[in-house]
Amino acid sequence: MPVVQGMTHRWSEDQPWTMETYERTNGYQALRKALAMEPDAIIQMVKDSGLRGRGGAGFPTGMKWGFIPQGDGKPHYVVVNADEGEPGTCQDAPLMMIDPHSLIEGIVIASYAIRCNHAFIYLRGELVQAGRRLDRAIKEAYAKGYLGKNVMGTGFDCELTLHRGAGAYICGEETALLDSLEGYRGQPRLRPPFPAIHGLYGAPTVVNNVETIATVPFIVLNGVDWFRQWGTEKSPGTKIFSVSGHVNKPGNYEIPLGTTAREVIYDIAGGIPGGRALKAWTPGGSSTPLLTAEHLDTAMDFEGVGAAGSLLGTAAVMVMDDTTCIVKAVLRMTEFYAHESCGKCTPCREGTYWMVQVLERLERGDGTEADLQTLLDTCDNIFGRSFCALGDGATSPIVSSIKYFRDEYIAHVEQAGCPFAVERVPV
Amino acid sequence: MTDWTTVRADAEAIVARYPKSRSALLPMLHLVQSVEGYVSSEGVALCADVLGLTKAEVGAVATFYTMYKRRPCGEWLVSVCTNLSCQLRGGEEIYARLEDKLGLHHDETDAEGRFTLEHAECLAACDYAPVVTVNYEFYDCQTVQSAEALVDALARGERPAPTRGESLRTFKEIERELAGFVDEGGA
Repeated sequence: MPVVQGMTHRWSEDQPWTMETYERTNGYQALRKALAMEPDAIIQMVKDSGLRGRGGAGFPTGMKWGFIPQGDGKPHYVVVNADEGEPGTCQDAPLMMIDPHSLIEGIVIASYAIRCNHAFIYLRGELVQAGRRLDRAIKEAYAKGYLGKNVMGTGFDCELTLHRGAGAYICGEETALLDSLEGYRGQPRLRPPFPAIHGLYGAPTVVNNVETIATVPFIVLNGVDWFRQWGTEKSPGTKIFSVSGHVNKPGNYEIPLGTTAREVIYDIAGGIPGGRALKAWTPGGSSTPLLTAEHLDTAMDFEGVGAAGSLLGTAAVMVMDDTTCIVKAVLRMTEFYAHESCGKCTPCREGTYWMVQVLERLERGDGTEADLQTLLDTCDNIFGRSFCALGDGATSPIVSSIKYFRDEYIAHVEQAGCPFAVERVPV
Repeated sequence: MTDWTTVRADAEAIVARYPKSRSALLPMLHLVQSVEGYVSSEGVALCADVLGLTKAEVGAVATFYTMYKRRPCGEWLVSVCTNLSCQLRGGEEIYARLEDKLGLHHDETDAEGRFTLEHAECLAACDYAPVVTVNYEFYDCQTVQSAEALVDALARGERPAPTRGESLRTFKEIERELAGFVDEGGA
């Protein structure tokens, strides 16, 4: 079974979140190595590793770091996006609770590479236990000289501020995150200019996801070839997959990219309770188009999932068995987007609201076949016409479910009600 | 009566964490919630005064984020995730039962100020679905029965240990942590 412990080897240690455990298991050795290198050589190493952003978009991390203009006389910032909240996605919260020092070590390395002297973690407010562990780990790192003035006696300064949000999924969008970190409503900015040029306080800024940054120390310490032993040419390495919903063993699993969905759902997560049939699954959270049992041989990497008509996203696999009403599931996902739409742009603000009304009507049995076209037309007016990716994501469950489960929508219309409306015992 | 002098000193300590003062606004709003259990008009005024903003500017931010409460929150904020992974494993049934049991609907607080109930958007614990949090501490893999037992214990004045966390804090205590004041008086 292809579960590995490359980046998660400390997860089975006793109290892995302490400095003592971290240092005993090669902690901060990557930083020692990095500080002896030229900053540009670290950026090149991350480029050579092929590491791609783990927060959903899959953008090459080294390239992002390379976009920061050097010698521009401005401060530079590293901001970690720890605003985890995409439905189905739950790997960053445990990573920060279990192994907070790997994130801190990655932050110091990234800061040294892009010449940043003040980094930030934007933590989703609700994650209080992760916040507590990070807070203590940061204090430990300051006390040991891994953070603060003159890091490890090298003359490099690196401050780190933990900043807690206040409940808004949109702040996972990197420019909304920056506005929120500056003390404003978390609404996305028009791009370009991109954060690499005009980010936090108008200065060049790298915004990276938790898992991305926490992977960096492992690459620096063990080398590019070690990282590339897993995954594919274009999607190298491993990734933590969050598997949830109708599976026997929900959990977070570190898996080489390129592993098939069948292995993930059946071999690793133990298949579906009661041996029931697979109906639908998301490859990377609710913003990624649904796939079905036909797509079980999809390679779970950026290219493979793309070829199947969806997106790897955050590798958040939500599994729905054949007792699931797809209209109800899509309604619930759409209510999420309606609640979380920041209201800045009309297509997303109005579109998500009205799509909830139409889906409610269909699920209740008051819908018509014309409602399907209304939904698709609304999605057309949101996708690509919204300010940020939240709007695009809101169309994914609707468009994909109508593509694969049109008959089920029609059954709701013809039976004037939900065919699944029976008392069902939760697993 | 609230002693705003000490709150002001804490607010200024928050400002010192940032290169630009306005970045302190979100933690500062958590701080004022830790004093009164919600973002009161006095709290808004304090933030505005410390940061040199108008009350309207502070209010615009406070009303954007769901964790800032506009009315006094109960001592125990019970949040039930009803997003897809939790819904598939019974989150809606748990929420419905707690609505009945507590006699509360979404974002309502009982007359005694003990419980506030809410259905929450994805709480990033999908592998432990269905999940309930109390003051943002995780109670994993809940059932209707276990969620009822949790609320019963709270009503008896107990503080059941979270599944992944430490001791359960009150809403005001946890809001102080959210303002960045952790382990005061020792871990």
